[in-house]
Amino acid sequence: MPKTLYDKIWKQHVVHDFGDGSVLLYIDRHLVHEVTSPQAFEGLSVAGRKMWRHESVLATCDHDVPTTDRSAPISDPEAKLQIETLDENCRAYELRYYGMDDKRQGVVHVMGAEQGFTLPGITLVCGDSHTSTHGALGALAFGIGTSEIEHVFATQTLVARKSRNMRVMVDGALQLGVGAKDLVLALIAQIGIGGGTECVIEYQGEAVENLSMEGRMTLCNMTIEAGARAGLIAPDEKTFAWLKGLPLAPGHEHWEKAVAYWKTLRSDSDALFDNEVRIDASKIEPYVTWGTNPEMGAPISATVPDVAKEADPIKRQSRLKALEYIGLKPGTPLDGIPVDKIFIGSCTNGRLQDLREAAAIVKGRKIAPTVKLALVVPGSGVVKELAEREGLDKIFKEAGFEWREPGCSMCLAMNPDKLLPGERCASTSNRNFEGRQGYGGRTHLVSPMMAAAAAIKGCITDVRKML
Amino acid sequence: MQPFKTLTAKAAYLPISNIDTDMLVPKQYLKTVKRSGLGRVLFAEQRYDADGAPRPDFVLNKNPDVQILMAGENFGCGSSREHAPWALADFGIRVIIAPSFADIFYNNCFKNGILPLRLRAQEIEELRAKDMPITVDLENQRVTQGRLSFQFEIQPSCKEALLEGLDEIEKVLKLKGEIEAFERKHFEEQPWLGTFHA
Ligand code: SF4
Repeated sequence: MPKTLYDKIWKQHVVHDFGDGSVLLYIDRHLVHEVTSPQAFEGLSVAGRKMWRHESVLATCDHDVPTTDRSAPISDPEAKLQIETLDENCRAYELRYYGMDDKRQGVVHVMGAEQGFTLPGITLVCGDSHTSTHGALGALAFGIGTSEIEHVFATQTLVARKSRNMRVMVDGALQLGVGAKDLVLALIAQIGIGGGTECVIEYQGEAVENLSMEGRMTLCNMTIEAGARAGLIAPDEKTFAWLKGLPLAPGHEHWEKAVAYWKTLRSDSDALFDNEVRIDASKIEPYVTWGTNPEMGAPISATVPDVAKEADPIKRQSRLKALEYIGLKPGTPLDGIPVDKIFIGSCTNGRLQDLREAAAIVKGRKIAPTVKLALVVPGSGVVKELAEREGLDKIFKEAGFEWREPGCSMCLAMNPDKLLPGERCASTSNRNFEGRQGYGGRTHLVSPMMAAAAAIKGCITDVRKML
Repeated sequence: MQPFKTLTAKAAYLPISNIDTDMLVPKQYLKTVKRSGLGRVLFAEQRYDADGAPRPDFVLNKNPDVQILMAGENFGCGSSREHAPWALADFGIRVIIAPSFADIFYNNCFKNGILPLRLRAQEIEELRAKDMPITVDLENQRVTQGRLSFQFEIQPSCKEALLEGLDEIEKVLKLKGEIEAFERKHFEEQPWLGTFHA
């Protein structure tokens, strides 16, 4: 029977079939960070259990870490305790750990993929929903809760049920000034934040093949915002080129054999999917969210929709509430909405290519005087160093941006980088939920290019006019 | 884990869809290294005003003893953080009734003795219309209230886990030999998975 990529990876990892629709699935690799792991380590030790395979774990701290000078002590005692707890657990269980003083530290998903920890065809989990990012390399990667983290620690497996398999076919080519972030925001606006529920989404088509690895990671990263379990893209030459020579990728002794296997990891041409969505990439404009979840987005040329006309009463109510929170009136053009702060970073858009694209817009320009703070937070220490080698830090700093140390930062505002009540932000992160970037803060999700353009103009604007 | 069999209790209704994990537990409360004590910050931003005083009109403040929560579709979307079900469980919620749930949250509920139960929006409306206790019978997969009676679907393994309050890790470790055999074969086929050269 013809198989999809998802079918193939799944089958490779079934240890035991419970016969009731659930199986025991083997987990190859496990990323760990400070916020979701402490209770899992605690549970393991309280039950007196051993860790099954400590080599399968790679840990870092990212959510709570300050992005300012690393030599200063962490001022928040609770964040400090969480990070110290991870330090200790990693020592006790002999885990590979890139802590705050390690150059390789970074947002867990940026760091894992750039170290070659993520490989095609593997199962990879992390106590974090944006684990879907790693599907960009053809890994079956998904977020789990803390009980499941403990389960993987103790058994190297998870009890899992197979999801439905959806295909998103992206035909045509993206326009200049339009990137993976716009593509995925357009997709979510189309299918809704529940559109992928109980699905693993495989992306195919010309526009997906033409995306860089970074772009593919942005796409898979936000797949979770469509409610899907995971995103997948079949590995190809670009994937192999990305992996070759990375510290944790297969060495030369295994390389040929690994690539030969990875090449088998694509959906058979006649494989059946449970459902399919088609998108024409050439029609997509730069996208901006106007509300408080990622499906509330629209092309930059649009206006804030008249949500009172929404037919579904529950949807209408949540959209009315969203507009009230975000402080916008129906009919307001998106192009021209003034912003107070800019955030460029996160596991969605904190990789080298994202910073390059933003820097290309910023170069030789200054941020608008009305912008109170414009932050660039590289996704990892490696990204930061590579960017500095190219002089991107200077471009940003000369324009008036702050160039920070790596971490999640204002993506979720668990560290001191926050919006104040009522402040409006153009952000390259992935969630515009109420309070996500700080209590009362208002988030507009955009691409790195669009965030850069907003910083220069002081308002949300069409970056295509600035190319 | 506390087993779940049947429960008869009053339900609170939040007519909101896409209740996300940040709404359930705002992130300023995630910096804990413990599982317990999160009940008091459940829905904190809706429940308390800027000075930390409870808002009298918020549904959980009206019914602090509520054990069943009903809400709109896509409940629990957002993050994978288990703090959301920990907070719900700590508050005393044992059943959540919604037309649909976000996947990771749905799985997390079962690990914490909470039954996430899918009913149609129409059925939830009918339950809500009467201000009467609801009975949830997991064994028979049935929700009743007076003369109303609705059947619900649930995966047999999830049902069993809740009914027996099973420790899943214990159960899986009984298959230790199978996992080890799988691992040997898996690493033989893909030897690069078993070693790191760095
Ligand atoms: S950058 Fe944001 S979305 Fe990504 S792992 Fe950190 S907090 Fe989560």
